Amino acid sequence: MYRYDSYDQAMVDARVEEFRDQARRRLEGKLTEDQFKPLRLMNGLYLQLHAYMLRVAIPYGTLNARQMEALADIAEKYDRGYGHFTTRQNIQYNWIKLEDAADILADLAKVEMHAIQTSGNCIRNISADHFAGAAADEVVDPRPYAELMRQWSSFHPEFTYLPRKFKIAVIGSETDRAAMRLHDIGIRIVKRDGEIGAQFYAGGGMGRTPMIAPLIRDFVPLDQLITYAEACLRVYNRYGRRDNKYKARIKILVHELGAAEYTRQVEEEFAHMLSVGVEPPLEELARIATHFADPPFVSSKVETPFEQRLSTMLEANGGQGSAFGRWVRRNTHAHKAPGYVSAVISLKPAGGIPGDATADQMRVVAKLARDYSFDELRVMHTQNLLLPHVAIADLPTLWQALDAAGLGSPNMDTIEDIIACPGLDYCSLANARSIPLAQRISERFAASGRTEVVGELKLKISGCINACGHHHAGHIGILGVDKKGKENFQLSLGGSEAEDVSLAKITGPGFDEDGVVAAVEKVTDVYLATRAEGERFLDTYRRIGMEPFKEALYG
Amino acid sequence: MVDTSNLGTSPDEVQFRFRDDEPVDHGTVTVDACCDQTNAAAVRIEPGDDARLLLPFLDRLALVEVNFPSFGDGRGYSAARILREAGYTGELRAVGQVLIDQLSHMRRCGFDSFAPDKRLDEDDAARAFATWDNVYQRAADRRATIADKRHEA
Repeated sequence: MYRYDSYDQAMVDARVEEFRDQARRRLEGKLTEDQFKPLRLMNGLYLQLHAYMLRVAIPYGTLNARQMEALADIAEKYDRGYGHFTTRQNIQYNWIKLEDAADILADLAKVEMHAIQTSGNCIRNISADHFAGAAADEVVDPRPYAELMRQWSSFHPEFTYLPRKFKIAVIGSETDRAAMRLHDIGIRIVKRDGEIGAQFYAGGGMGRTPMIAPLIRDFVPLDQLITYAEACLRVYNRYGRRDNKYKARIKILVHELGAAEYTRQVEEEFAHMLSVGVEPPLEELARIATHFADPPFVSSKVETPFEQRLSTMLEANGGQGSAFGRWVRRNTHAHKAPGYVSAVISLKPAGGIPGDATADQMRVVAKLARDYSFDELRVMHTQNLLLPHVAIADLPTLWQALDAAGLGSPNMDTIEDIIACPGLDYCSLANARSIPLAQRISERFAASGRTEVVGELKLKISGCINACGHHHAGHIGILGVDKKGKENFQLSLGGSEAEDVSLAKITGPGFDEDGVVAAVEKVTDVYLATRAEGERFLDTYRRIGMEPFKEALYG
Repeated sequence: MVDTSNLGTSPDEVQFRFRDDEPVDHGTVTVDACCDQTNAAAVRIEPGDDARLLLPFLDRLALVEVNFPSFGDGRGYSAARILREAGYTGELRAVGQVLIDQLSHMRRCGFDSFAPDKRLDEDDAARAFATWDNVYQRAADRRATIADKRHEA
């Protein structure tokens, strides 16, 4: 994985000192709260209902054991002993004191981490496919491009006061595991006739006006990647709406101009910028890429097919139906190196808070990464963790350790693997509590044993229309609203954040908390009664449409 | 006809200037007026103005003021870079809500003078201008980037 050189280190160190100075000026009254707010936001400090929240960047979701241990230490030293992993592969601490913030940033800088641009109207932390560099279906490893963009976007002099926040995701497979087309810019690294380049999508997003990003360019050559991104940003910075906060994201600009006109303007700016010369030297990309070389995988002499290897290991360890077998079937993912898998560490125990991990759990995970995954960890956009490179032979011991730490839930991509925003328990924007609802649903499905029967079903809950819980992209989505002072939940069906991206549709009138839990159960009844062989919930919905579900809910 | 005689900042209001030439000592005109009249040497860009309208007139311009009525509106950063990219070498002055923590970025975008509507603390400003020993991006200041330095022979 990427390691800082003296330049990168000096940049984050300078940033810590800059923030320390800003905090001092705020305390001395030289900065008003209005003036200080964007500065603290661009250092990850966001004011919630009860306290400051600090969002720490985990660039493209990749970190090592030492970094995870530092995150655990911060949770204990400055927070209440836990942290919350987010849908943009970051970690949030919910109980931070403003006066500790600079010290926390300094602690982070010691392990090559930061909170730069994790909030505010700027280019946010770049996210990527969590299986990058590991997935069997990967075409190109997206991480070097994401790191190149991390450096380019950090402290960008022109794009620090954009109309609104700006999120970029980079993937390198046909399969989309990063909700790429629901980002302000989504990039897919592709290979055409042996040449690597980037497909650009622009103007996607969730929030109150969800949009799927249209393709604006099918192939940007590698030595023009930054230039093209810069052109996209400049057109947005100049013409994105600033009169209304709710219409300020790039999706509105692209929508109002039309994708063709936005693209035309970008191409014009791009041609101009090529003549100016803003692209970093191509050798820089090559330098970065050396950091992402494969770890020393040990491949056996006999080429046993992946499935067969996994089955043999399972049979020797209690079979497919055992708790371990269920975990392997659910939570491991095919790896490009023979003899290896990626192993998902669920942060979704039944009845738990989605994405939360205690300091002790973080330390367990760090140790497991050292012992079994070449010192590498990932944060998934589904609010889980991941050991990207695990030898199949190590799975039984790994699972025992995870299970003992309460991290062995076999529920990846099931109805228990709920994405939920912090909701009214923490967030001042929220209309409703997301967390207790997620807890009730996962508990109910786990207790009835239905999780396993239903199979893949992505449930996503947002506590307000800002959609941090991705409800538009849920196979089942739940949106909390305020109805005459009472929490009310709207149910929607048919969304997807993946390569088959779609936006969910509302079923009809909303429900109270008990009602929506029952409603989720009812729609799974319809699915179970109607599904064809091999169909996921989403497939069945797409085949039969909304009516049968409506009938069951309101008929 | 809008009276524009009072438009713009005077040299007295300039707190920081990184140029040796004499500052223009008359008012600025709007972008529209600048495009209409043939002799204007000083112009003021508002956030909604298209800086590219000025490109045919760069030779006769000695001062371009970019107004930041609100510090959170970042369009002026693009305006500045566009002018520098087009070869403008005259004074480029940031005016309005220009704050300490924007100085280094503004400098990178090509601003070489600053007339904040509220005077800034000199020490804080000096520190702000010197925040970044190195930079990641190519910009109007033409500083060699970190990537350039990593790969220089």
